[in-house]
Amino acid sequence: MATSLTTGATTAAGGSVAPWEPRAADGRAVRVAPVDEVALTARAARLRTRSIKTTSKAALLDLSIRIMDLTTLEGADTPGRVRALCAKARQPDPLDASVPQVAAVCVYPALVGVAVQALQGTGIHVASVAGSFPAGLSRFDVQLDDIRAAVDAGADEIDTVLNRSAFLAGRHQQVFDEVVAAKQACGAAHLKVILEAGELGSHDAVRRASTLAILAGADFIKTSTGKISPAATPAVALCMAEAIRDVADQTGRLVGLKLAGGIRTAKDAWHYCVIVGETLGEDFLHPDTFRLGASSLLNDVLAQRAKLRDGRYADSDDFRVD
Amino acid sequence: MTTDTAPGDIAPRLRHGLSVPSGLLDYAPAPESSAIVHLRDSYGLFINGEFVAPASGRGFATINPATEAHLAEVAEADATDVDRAVTAARAAFEGSWRDLPGRERAKLIFRLARAIQERSRELAVLETLDGGKPIRESRDIDLPLVAAHFFHHAGWADKLNHAFPGRNPQPLGVVGQIIPWNFPLLMAAWKLAPALATGNTVVLKPAETTPLSALLLAEIIQECDFPPGVVNMVTGAGATGAALVEHPGLDKIAFTGSTSVGKGIARAVAGTGKRLTLELGGKGAHIVFEDAALDQAVEGIVDGIFFNQGHVCCAGSRLLVQEPVHDELMARLRRRLDTLRVGDPMDKNTDVGAINSREQLDRITDLVQSGVDEGAAMYQPACDLPGNGFWFRPTVFTDVAQSFRIAREEIFGPVLSALTFRTAEEAVEKANNTPYGLSAGVWTEKGSRILWVADRLEAGVVWSNTFNQFDPTSPFGGFGESGFGREGGWHGLHAYVKVAQ
Amino acid sequence: MSDDARLEVRKTHKLFIGGAFPRSESGDTLAVVGRDGSVLAQASKASRKDVRDAVKAAAGAAPGWAERTAYNRGQVLYRIAEILADRRSVFVDAVARTAGDDSLDAEVEVDASIDRWVWYAGWTDKLAMVLGSRNPVAGPYFNVSSPVPVGVVGIVAPQAPSLLGLTSTLAPVLAGGNTAVVVAAAATTLPTIALAEVLATSDVPAGVVNLLTGAQRELQPWLAGHRAVDGLDATGVADADIRAIEVEAADNLKRVHRSTITDWLADDAQSPWMCATFLETRTVWHPAGR
Repeated sequence: MATSLTTGATTAAGGSVAPWEPRAADGRAVRVAPVDEVALTARAARLRTRSIKTTSKAALLDLSIRIMDLTTLEGADTPGRVRALCAKARQPDPLDASVPQVAAVCVYPALVGVAVQALQGTGIHVASVAGSFPAGLSRFDVQLDDIRAAVDAGADEIDTVLNRSAFLAGRHQQVFDEVVAAKQACGAAHLKVILEAGELGSHDAVRRASTLAILAGADFIKTSTGKISPAATPAVALCMAEAIRDVADQTGRLVGLKLAGGIRTAKDAWHYCVIVGETLGEDFLHPDTFRLGASSLLNDVLAQRAKLRDGRYADSDDFRVD
Repeated sequence: MTTDTAPGDIAPRLRHGLSVPSGLLDYAPAPESSAIVHLRDSYGLFINGEFVAPASGRGFATINPATEAHLAEVAEADATDVDRAVTAARAAFEGSWRDLPGRERAKLIFRLARAIQERSRELAVLETLDGGKPIRESRDIDLPLVAAHFFHHAGWADKLNHAFPGRNPQPLGVVGQIIPWNFPLLMAAWKLAPALATGNTVVLKPAETTPLSALLLAEIIQECDFPPGVVNMVTGAGATGAALVEHPGLDKIAFTGSTSVGKGIARAVAGTGKRLTLELGGKGAHIVFEDAALDQAVEGIVDGIFFNQGHVCCAGSRLLVQEPVHDELMARLRRRLDTLRVGDPMDKNTDVGAINSREQLDRITDLVQSGVDEGAAMYQPACDLPGNGFWFRPTVFTDVAQSFRIAREEIFGPVLSALTFRTAEEAVEKANNTPYGLSAGVWTEKGSRILWVADRLEAGVVWSNTFNQFDPTSPFGGFGESGFGREGGWHGLHAYVKVAQ
Repeated sequence: MSDDARLEVRKTHKLFIGGAFPRSESGDTLAVVGRDGSVLAQASKASRKDVRDAVKAAAGAAPGWAERTAYNRGQVLYRIAEILADRRSVFVDAVARTAGDDSLDAEVEVDASIDRWVWYAGWTDKLAMVLGSRNPVAGPYFNVSSPVPVGVVGIVAPQAPSLLGLTSTLAPVLAGGNTAVVVAAAATTLPTIALAEVLATSDVPAGVVNLLTGAQRELQPWLAGHRAVDGLDATGVADADIRAIEVEAADNLKRVHRSTITDWLADDAQSPWMCATFLETRTVWHPAGR
């Protein structure tokens, strides 16, 4: 058997690749349950009909902000743009001091330094996408360098992408080994692995990829890069939450869940909180284990907050554009 | 951040005791307003296009089973009233209805379907108040199906020669229909729609504990300008039903209800030449193989027995689990049970509503006790129940044997009995080992196994990787003592026509 | 100003493509000569490029329309009937003024059209029962045949009766789950475009129906020869032209149909077999084994 140093794939003498088997750290097999898509989607949709009590609405709105990774990932991001976003992260509504801070700001590696400086002393995390975001197809050693550089620049959270090319080609052991290596490169920073669920082709694959990423050492699994559609969907969120729960049941290791892409309204955020809370328990709804990656969501949450506070529907100009 | 604990321990951050609302995901209460409904103090019988007083002047109360509050007084029809209704129906059949071209009949039923859609919310609220089922079910499941049922059958009214080509299909005449209390309006739709589409006239008796939605439907039928006498409704209990069954002026009886009453009706119409269809009880087997999509199977199981408080003839009340996956499935099921919300049916977040009546609650309690006495292990989540009203916690029994009463008798409540099996043959054998044969469920990811098992199940409806799916195009009905005849689709039309041989 | 002097606001008649009402890219128009010989309006004179755009819209809309439940399609067709009925007087007027439409009384024609939309609305969720089957093959296999829409159907609409002829060719196409590109004679512009306005307000998704008015004989070969069109209703094609049109259609083996209806009010002027013309049959085998 030969092991490739760059890809980590193991090839048998005849050239075929040994299939990856999901195992816990102690070697015990981990079950990956099959998923029925129709029933999964129906259950996730039905959870949207939950009506939330007004006092809970207020708490959920604040939670939505506290678990938000305020994100900008554009080629046109300048230091000025990132500084403005960080100002918003610290004080989402300057006219209302009761509005909490967000959990993190998420940027490209080149802007990490700017964010670190702008957020000094606030306790808000600096997350960086790294490792050839969003496609994940640079040479692997270059990807690891990218991660290390982002960590050196001060990022304490790293969001990398799963290698979908290898996953869809069936080289799951390689995908596993790459996540292990990425986790090592992170050092003390926590690792989120983005599955890019919209490319995986089925919820069975999402379940399998979730389990793989967790067993390989991810601290969080994340739905999407936000660069393609479909991104986060209720069915995907439910599928990944169930995967997290199953791995926790079988290995004792509980990881976090981040939903990203297409979450625009407070109502969407509540729906996801209900799905995740009903599957993983209310205590899971905490920035240490649950994040929403978003940008325009914040203003809609502020608008809903204003409505609860003042009794009137808000105008978009009531809130800053950053 | 993660928490590493010993393998096998549930990590401390996972808590599943959501049955007691606390903190963030506090759903209750989110009550639907009942202001949309305009209850009358009393309701007459709907005969010949009008609401009229009963011959005896007697009435009975209908209450809200969630609160035991009085809702309204409803007329009690006796044999005289039934006769008036049947006479009106016969006159309408011989008069205007039989001669109305199919095309016009179709448009009238389409009009009714659309009017029902317009007043869906009001009908749903009334259904919940009178019967106790959660508003989310009446709003999201019952009412859309009611409208769809009329819409589908409206389209058949002028196409019967395509349904029975070359056989000159003709209506039977006047049909008597008796419906139960578990899906009051939906059962009315399942009966009325095919009967009207095929050109018959109808005398319908709603269940005595749930007459109100049918009576509102009668008002809507009036507003749609149906010719008088085409649809008649006589409210009352067993005696009214018997009077209807025994009336010599009927060409057909359709009944949905318990198997014992169904047998009584079959005896009563023996020798009369009346056509008969029966949709009776069941003890549906829900079969889960080890390769099933377990989380979705849990949802299907919950849907199959706790939906509508288990007041469902086709409920999956027997769970047959393949042995290797039994413990894991039951653990997931118990965890899911802990999140079910039992409470005010008018609360939009309620999953399991009130038991329909004191009588039904007593029956359920008695059978559950028999399960305990016979040695089964019982699990119920620790949920608070409201003070007054009729309530029963979702219940699961394990270590059940085929011979136990809870495995053989229809409980008609939120009670599930779980047994194990080893092979597909054994599952089929156990599933079929009952005089009933209404429904069954099969969970496996292997398509060929679904088809192999389905081909051998003695059940009128087999749901694979799903449960409690209904559609106006999909025929529904049972084998054996679950009754005979089908409702819905092309097959359901057959019961309401006579065709040239 | 007195009431007599009040000026009428005249409607501009445009094409109906992709849910919108564009003018023809040719910028050209054709006079619509009415039954009384006067010019009723200027019809937009569709060009082959408009046909191209309409086919593109219909092809884009086809997957979504086919994926809707049959029940939903039935509801949409019934809604068309509701809106048509609501605007009955507009249509009676339009039909009465349309040249060539003498065989039927305008009111009779409009009412028959409304009823025909209702009739086909009631077929959407029944076609599979009548045209599909479970086939008892000699082996342990589950075998089922289902009707499947062909995709985009081109319709050369009959010149008369204007509204009822269009309804009778268009409704069965939609009921089966296909999308449509209709090429209508300029003389029928008034009821045709009024129907377009009904379709635009009846929950019909954009692109499912596209209506083009113009010089029908010039346009029909472009529709017949378009390789993204899967079926062709050639009812409005004259005897002199039908051979050439069928040759065009043979290029990608379109399913071609030409109604021979003479009595448009008769029972056999409507049939599920008219839907069947533009439905494929897909048969699926599946083993049944443990």
